[in-house]
Amino acid sequence: MPVKCREEQRRLTAWVEGELDHHRAREVMEELDRRIDVAQPRELTVDLSGLTFTDSSGIAVLIRAHRRMGQVRGAMRVVNAPSQAKKVFQAAGLERLIRFE
Amino acid sequence: MKVENQVILEFPSRSANEGFARAAAACFAAQLDPTLEEVNDVKTAVSEAVTNAIVHAYPDKLGKVVLKLRIKEDHALEIVVKDWGVGIEDVDQARTPLFTTGSEERSGMGFTIMESFMDTLKVRSTPGKGTTVTMSRKIARRAGR
Ligand SMILES: Nc1ncnc2c1ncn2[C@@H]1O[C@H](COP(=O)(O)OP(=O)(O)OP(=O)(O)O)[C@@H](O)[C@H]1O
Ligand SMILES: [Mg+2]
Repeated sequence: MPVKCREEQRRLTAWVEGELDHHRAREVMEELDRRIDVAQPRELTVDLSGLTFTDSSGIAVLIRAHRRMGQVRGAMRVVNAPSQAKKVFQAAGLERLIRFE
Repeated sequence: MKVENQVILEFPSRSANEGFARAAAACFAAQLDPTLEEVNDVKTAVSEAVTNAIVHAYPDKLGKVVLKLRIKEDHALEIVVKDWGVGIEDVDQARTPLFTTGSEERSGMGFTIMESFMDTLKVRSTPGKGTTVTMSRKIARRAGR
């Protein structure tokens, strides 16, 4: 399942939906990289409202996107993380690195 | 402790089996009448252990992975994930948060997540022989059931 994206005035929103595990992580990472490179956004919003499952593979995906956004001098936030995903990210201390809203 | 019920699954280390393994664990756990949060915790831990067997144990070939799901007599779910892959040189180091021998697609948080989502986690490994991860989680008995 590809990542749905919308771009408006250099604000990029990406919806990552379904199950995000090692099996799917590379595809999602590459898609986010590509979108960031093309849009050079000032801000990336990753909307996880449709994410039904994630594990540590999702952590790596968010860290990678965060680093990429740093390279293009943009900000990043993650919104609507479901409770399962939140618990995984919290266990990894990810909220110290990435803004969750 | 007595085993009350058990299912053993064997599959090759293909990444498509990650989703299957955690769905199977969730289905098996259903007989303990877990909450949604308990099921999600178990699925997450199984996903971590099975992914490790797929990613790290067999870096450049397909190998055998076995998933054992057990219900013990005190309403506890025990999960064993076993591989016959490269093994782990230093288990204590491997369990340290952020430690990884993987690419930048890995975050080094798998064992940390298994530890925090389950009650117990045991890792036995012999370099060149394989790794066995055993974890357990007590499922609360709910009133009125
Ligand atoms: N089944 C296994 N066989 C061989 N090595 C393993 C196995 N499981 C874990 N390891 C080793 O332990 C390290 C730590 O594992 P852990 O799951 O904590 O992190 P990771 O898999 O590297 O990253 P993440 O789980 O966050 O994607 C791995 O990088 C690997 O070196
Ligand atoms: Mg791992």
